[in-house]
Amino acid sequence: MDFNNYHPEDFYDELFIAKGEPRPGTKILIDRLMSFPKGEILRRQKAAEAALFNMGVTFTVYSDESGIEKIFPFDILPRIIEPGDWEHIEKGLKQRIYALNLFIDDVYHDQKIIKDGIIPKDILYSSKCIQPQCMGLNPPKGIWCHITGSDLVRDSDGRFYVLEDNLRCPSGVSYVLENRQVLKRTFPLVFEKSNILPVDDYPNRLSRMLQFLAPDNVESPNIALLTPGIYNSAYFEHSFLAQQTGIELVEGNDLVVKDGFVYMRTTKGFERVDVIYRRIDDDFLDPLAFNPDSLLGVPGIMDVYKAGRLALANAPGTGVADDKVVYAYVPKIIKYYLDEDPILPNVPTYVCRDNKDREYVLNNLDKLVVKPANESGGYGMLMGTHSTAKERSEFTEKIKENPRNYIAQPTLSLSRVPVIVDDDHYEGRHVDLRPYALYGEDIYVMPGGLTRVALKKGSLVVNSSQGGGSKDTWVLSSLPK
Amino acid sequence: MLSRVANSIYWMARYIERAENTARFVDVNLHLMLDGHVESKEQWEPLVIISGDHDVFKERYGAATKDNVINFLTFDTENPNSIISSVISARENARTVRDVISSEMWTQVNKFYYILLDAEKSGVALDTPYDFYNQVKLHSHLFIGTTDTTMSHGEAWHFDRLGRLLERADKTSRILDVKYFMLLPRVEDVGTPIDNIGWAALLNSASAFEMYRKKYRRITPTDVALFLILDLNFPRSIRYCLLKAQVSLHEITGTVIGTFTNKAERRLGRLRSDLDYANIDEIVSQGLHEFLNGFQTKLNGVGDAIFDTFFSLRQTEKDKKNIEVPQ
Repeated sequence: MDFNNYHPEDFYDELFIAKGEPRPGTKILIDRLMSFPKGEILRRQKAAEAALFNMGVTFTVYSDESGIEKIFPFDILPRIIEPGDWEHIEKGLKQRIYALNLFIDDVYHDQKIIKDGIIPKDILYSSKCIQPQCMGLNPPKGIWCHITGSDLVRDSDGRFYVLEDNLRCPSGVSYVLENRQVLKRTFPLVFEKSNILPVDDYPNRLSRMLQFLAPDNVESPNIALLTPGIYNSAYFEHSFLAQQTGIELVEGNDLVVKDGFVYMRTTKGFERVDVIYRRIDDDFLDPLAFNPDSLLGVPGIMDVYKAGRLALANAPGTGVADDKVVYAYVPKIIKYYLDEDPILPNVPTYVCRDNKDREYVLNNLDKLVVKPANESGGYGMLMGTHSTAKERSEFTEKIKENPRNYIAQPTLSLSRVPVIVDDDHYEGRHVDLRPYALYGEDIYVMPGGLTRVALKKGSLVVNSSQGGGSKDTWVLSSLPK
Repeated sequence: MLSRVANSIYWMARYIERAENTARFVDVNLHLMLDGHVESKEQWEPLVIISGDHDVFKERYGAATKDNVINFLTFDTENPNSIISSVISARENARTVRDVISSEMWTQVNKFYYILLDAEKSGVALDTPYDFYNQVKLHSHLFIGTTDTTMSHGEAWHFDRLGRLLERADKTSRILDVKYFMLLPRVEDVGTPIDNIGWAALLNSASAFEMYRKKYRRITPTDVALFLILDLNFPRSIRYCLLKAQVSLHEITGTVIGTFTNKAERRLGRLRSDLDYANIDEIVSQGLHEFLNGFQTKLNGVGDAIFDTFFSLRQTEKDKKNIEVPQ
């Protein structure tokens, strides 16, 4: 197995400039791979999969009555990001997150951005994720979106674009950390020779950020991660993060509101909790404030939060900035709050609420990607270039019925990375990139992120629920001399 | 520590120990079978009787043949106490406390589970049962060793040990009871080689044969019972299990041994001191089976008290009213 027949074709390839010509930061890896005896790369791929399996980095697929556990598909060839590109991404994300935080704060206070005519009022108020209960709320240290994971893509022009923002409960960071552990074992020599920035500091940074949020009078705060429990698809991540940070992993039933504070039930009675990293959605957080049917949350927790006796990360209500219609306005949001031009551009977006945009979208459905405003996981999308006439007419109806709920974007030609195919050769597959950022005393962007790869030939959908896999992501601090 | 977490750790340890001991039950029978000691027709039924799931078994399987019993006790997921069910439960409990246990422990319980899945597919349990049941025991030992060497010996570890030792005490008493059902000696066999082989197999199934030999020259029923019930140093003897379980219980509460602040400490303390001052001749003359039965009932009482004391902290009505927070 070698790269002699590997061709980037018309795509931006993350590892190769052209056929037979690896990028400067990739050369060490490619040389090493080419030096392997026959079968060695495959042996290492299988060993990596076995390691992930034994580590229990699995999710459950319910195809019949008994769930089958599978590992999140993983390809051992890393995606490599060169120093200049990363600097650009890091700056761009920090700028974007500062601005989005100011935006959320404004939405729940004075709404200057509406008064100044930058965003139409009805867009905000028709967002599914705006929380009227959060009006006037002042979260600890003025931070709303503590943990974000924005999805970036690189088009054939080689530029990075922000595809969407995730400011509610972005998941996947545990895969980044586990993938790195496995890849260090897989390519130790390449690691030694390359200058790869470490991702392992993330749990430590997360823990420091959460401590920073604790009410000021609390000396050594009790911090907990609130999970929906073992049947949640991200449970592995919840337990992994709790384990790596040393914070307590709790379920709704472990918590109780008592005398104006939140307590955990322990073997020695009730113990106060000061900071909660919650991995359940707003709607399930507090049956008294949000969805009354929720069994996952803690009755009364919002009142404790509002009274300033508890910090929540992320704050409730951040979802308003996740809305894909609001997304279209983020360049204007950055300009409005920071008076700067966006460093990382948006993907051009047509807002179906707008008559002119909608007409264009309806006439060009076969070329566009249509997305609902508030779905995640790649559900409810129309991939125009791969669609049937029937699907297009269904989407025409949906858009006409509820134009507010749809946006459309041109079909990007996502960059590619080689993957092992059929155990015997390499082919290019499309990828995106989700870097993770923490907003505490300052904004920290973990150098790396989750590279998701569409394993099906030609597919542009990278979501794990739709047949996507992942790769380790190497950010180089300098290029090899 | 969270009540839910303590509960999960306690049960994780109990289920691993349960899987190991079920393997021991089967193992002792396999050995006896090879020695042609008992007619095989009668030989397998006591295992099902002891497991307490006799009715379920009869309904679903009918005759207590070797294959039926082995399948029921090993791979039947509808039998909550089968080896595979125990390991699944241990693993599910471990999953809910993955942040508290070490990743080595999780990896080990995970491997244990996959080995059982593979064995079920390959049929190895019936082909080479000795190897297979040894594997089960070995994986339990690996888990316990990993726990001891990778987890801080703090509160969580003490809940783990408490669960494991209470389970082990219960199962050792049941292994002894198997003997009561199966090896009730015919008068003419007492003291003959046949009887000795039976008791030796029993000792072996508790990994006790060699340690017993170091202490006693001859194998007599009374000494075997003495060793498995009252020995102070053998790690599978009932008394040893209770002694160490009590240490863990008092490490958790911080109460001095000999005193008590809750129901769990009182019941376990009483049961332990019963054994401290017990006399094997009295036990035998009272009837071993009756003694073991009574012991198991009291041990269940200890388990219930542990649940009430540590795992079921309830919100009071007053707390519920306090949910309205003063602004």
